[in-house]
Amino acid sequence: MDLKANVPSGPIDTAWSRHKFEMKLVSPANKRKYNLIVVGSGLAGASAAASLAELGYEVRCFCYQDSPRRAHSIGAQGGINAAKNYANDGDSVFRLFYDTVKGGDFRAREANVYRLAEVSGNIIDQCVAQGVPFAREYSGYLANRSFGGAQVSRTFYARGQTGQQLLLGAYQALSRQIAAGKVTMYPRTEMLDLVLVDGKARGIVTRDLVSGKVESHAGDAVILATGGYGNVFFLSTNAKGSNVTAIWRAHKLGAGFANPCFTQIHPTCIPVSGDYQSKLTLMSESLRNDGRVWVPTKAGDNRKPRDIAEGDRDYYLERRYPAFGNLVPRDVASRAAKAVCDEGKGVGPGGRSVYLDFADAIKRLGEGGVRERYGNLFDMYERITAEDPYKGPMRIYPAVHYAMGGLWVDYNLMSTIPGLFVLGEANFSDHGANRLGASALMQGLADGYFVIPYTIGGYLASTKLAKVDREGQDFKRAEVEVNERTKRLLGNKGKRTAMSLHRELGKLLWENCGMARNAAGLRATAARIPELREEFWSQVIVPGSGSDLNQALEYAGRVADFMEFGEIMCLDALERSESCGCHYREEFQTEEGEAKRNDAEFAHVAVWEYRGPGQAERRHTEPLTFENVHLAQRSYK
Amino acid sequence: MNVVLMVWRQENRDTAGRLQRIEAKDISSEMSFLEMLDVVNERLILAGERPIAFDHDCREGICGSCGVVINGTAHGPRRGTTTCQLHMREFHDGQTIVIEPYRAKPFPVLRDLVVDRSALDRITAAGGFVSASTGSAPDGNAIPVAKPKAEAAMDAAACIGCGACVAACPNAAAMLFVGAKISHLGLLPQGQPERWMRAEAMVAAMDREGFGPCTNVTECAAVCPKEINLSVIARMNRDRMAAVFLVARRSPRGDTA
Repeated sequence: MDLKANVPSGPIDTAWSRHKFEMKLVSPANKRKYNLIVVGSGLAGASAAASLAELGYEVRCFCYQDSPRRAHSIGAQGGINAAKNYANDGDSVFRLFYDTVKGGDFRAREANVYRLAEVSGNIIDQCVAQGVPFAREYSGYLANRSFGGAQVSRTFYARGQTGQQLLLGAYQALSRQIAAGKVTMYPRTEMLDLVLVDGKARGIVTRDLVSGKVESHAGDAVILATGGYGNVFFLSTNAKGSNVTAIWRAHKLGAGFANPCFTQIHPTCIPVSGDYQSKLTLMSESLRNDGRVWVPTKAGDNRKPRDIAEGDRDYYLERRYPAFGNLVPRDVASRAAKAVCDEGKGVGPGGRSVYLDFADAIKRLGEGGVRERYGNLFDMYERITAEDPYKGPMRIYPAVHYAMGGLWVDYNLMSTIPGLFVLGEANFSDHGANRLGASALMQGLADGYFVIPYTIGGYLASTKLAKVDREGQDFKRAEVEVNERTKRLLGNKGKRTAMSLHRELGKLLWENCGMARNAAGLRATAARIPELREEFWSQVIVPGSGSDLNQALEYAGRVADFMEFGEIMCLDALERSESCGCHYREEFQTEEGEAKRNDAEFAHVAVWEYRGPGQAERRHTEPLTFENVHLAQRSYK
Repeated sequence: MNVVLMVWRQENRDTAGRLQRIEAKDISSEMSFLEMLDVVNERLILAGERPIAFDHDCREGICGSCGVVINGTAHGPRRGTTTCQLHMREFHDGQTIVIEPYRAKPFPVLRDLVVDRSALDRITAAGGFVSASTGSAPDGNAIPVAKPKAEAAMDAAACIGCGACVAACPNAAAMLFVGAKISHLGLLPQGQPERWMRAEAMVAAMDREGFGPCTNVTECAAVCPKEINLSVIARMNRDRMAAVFLVARRSPRGDTA
């Protein structure tokens, strides 16, 4: 497997400029001769589709939702980072780069991260121009707030709905191109396979989720912006439809899958309330700016939170990490919450939650001040739990949130399959083993607005592309496979629903490949998953037909892919004999219980190659070198 | 708790539908409304019956996918709350709950509770944007925006495009939805150059899609899960009116002079 990262040589701070100049261009008159396929319409997909259409390419964009505006980027609450240094507090491109590499626990590629920091300011400019209603000061200038893992205020936000507003900006830009006839939009359409012709990505097979029609689309390049795979755990903060299918099918055709064991567990989510739970709701990390996290000092203290005196409370983040306090990065905060709950100090039913308390903030800012900053989050908490967070502390617990792992891409965001580009959460590139808060929106939009418009031109201008036709045999073969799979799912006479099997898989992974992992648990789980997969294919019951709207069928197909993907997650976690970022192997910890990296052996990206059914996947590595940020033990003390 | 569902079942766009009675037993009051439907669907699948189709995705009240009419009210009994954030504690043991899809001519039913809301996307495509191509923007702080204006724009921008306003309106008007976008962009300096064109184009698209007129019933704002204020409709009407007067100043090519 060729893992050439194609990073420009020479100084990092001018690498992207040089690369942009060195890439070949597609002339304006020729752009309209290229057909590009974009799968996904979230921040990365919508911004890419709109920007490429503005350049003159013919674009087709696909999403499973009924409208591109509903992609799950919309759920992001807290904000978007940019190295504007409007706050005059010492921020710079280099500092954002440094924080991101360090926050990712030195498992990201330096050059990609530097470019991300470099274009971060342009994103804010672009979004403001689109009419994104960012929060403002009374001066009329943009407001900033601080976020976990950083000591500067560089986060731009639109109340607690930043993802929504940024996505609507991208969606509106996309809509303009749809009206102009430059983008053809296919909502309620799911990609079920990738098609390669002569080893290059040249199209996809889709299923119309209303009519059930399976058809092919041919193009000159394929861009996957299909989000993360967190729903493999069943319970996560992802939308119910979020899935691994698009990138998994690409993986099975030759795209290397990088660091699948890197899944971010977000520290501040509303705890599980029962067996029927269908998803977990995130409470923005921005709440940790003003909320204080604590548990009772004594295990089993069942008093009401307001009856517990200051002296009987353990503000454990402030105690363990005095420099960052409640603003430590997500992986650290999540593990700390798990640790206090494991000690029996957790609160609420089952003892699996901690308090996030705003009493001090309300004293300092008044209820109105807190409402202005977090009103919609407080309302959401109250709607879900029926508890009023203005009167007592919230209860929170970590939940699966974001996939740092994803398809391997080079500096041009191209996977190991020529012509297959991967953007946003679906790729692995920028966040290493832990993503900092407010960096997902930044990366999705950087990839879509400011990276792919250049790099795809470089690919198209320097690649000879034969004419392909969706009536060709490569397409027909893929369609047959898709149809057979559907038939197999529908024809099964089992006794279990896809949801019950998915729940079982999720529980297994949460317990063994979640916040803490060990070799024995991972080995057992990697062995158990193939059995569960067998059970899925022999026991799953999928009602209805394939020729109309059938949500149970859509869902079963996604679960089938999770059943395969879960195994490689465990194997990846097992092979990585170190702790780093979100990946916490119990065998590898410092005396203080922090993650202990092994840079000598694991300062690399692990990339998995599919080698056919029944064959073990092969693990490759891309070594990571750190020339600009010194490898060091992360410390937030 | 036990509840009795009367759920709209319809095969597809072209067939007639009917209400089906389904008993939902042993429901926890802590479940969300959609989790209750999940439980019912799991039981239907195991019994060999067709599960109820309904749109949903984020389940945290922001994507706008979900939305059904519950006992006659779009998104159900709790104000300012999407269907996915509604919990069963809002209902009582033994209650009958009637669940219907959004009903409006521009929203054809695709199956059961799933409707086609693509008309709203077409209205946005007609003009609900600022034509700022990627790369053309000045520095984000180049144009200050007064905080109250930015806040008012954000109030309008909070619309999630769920279509409840249309479902609640006896005229099936989409004016709260359209007014929200026209207000959001029209309040900001970045939205000024296309302000009149936008209002005219979006209102024309709204009419073309078959949405009805506003007769000040105000049901739209009452059911809006994001509590968009009715004043957005006044702003839309004013901008659109201004656009009509500006038509006289247009060049023959159709550009605004």
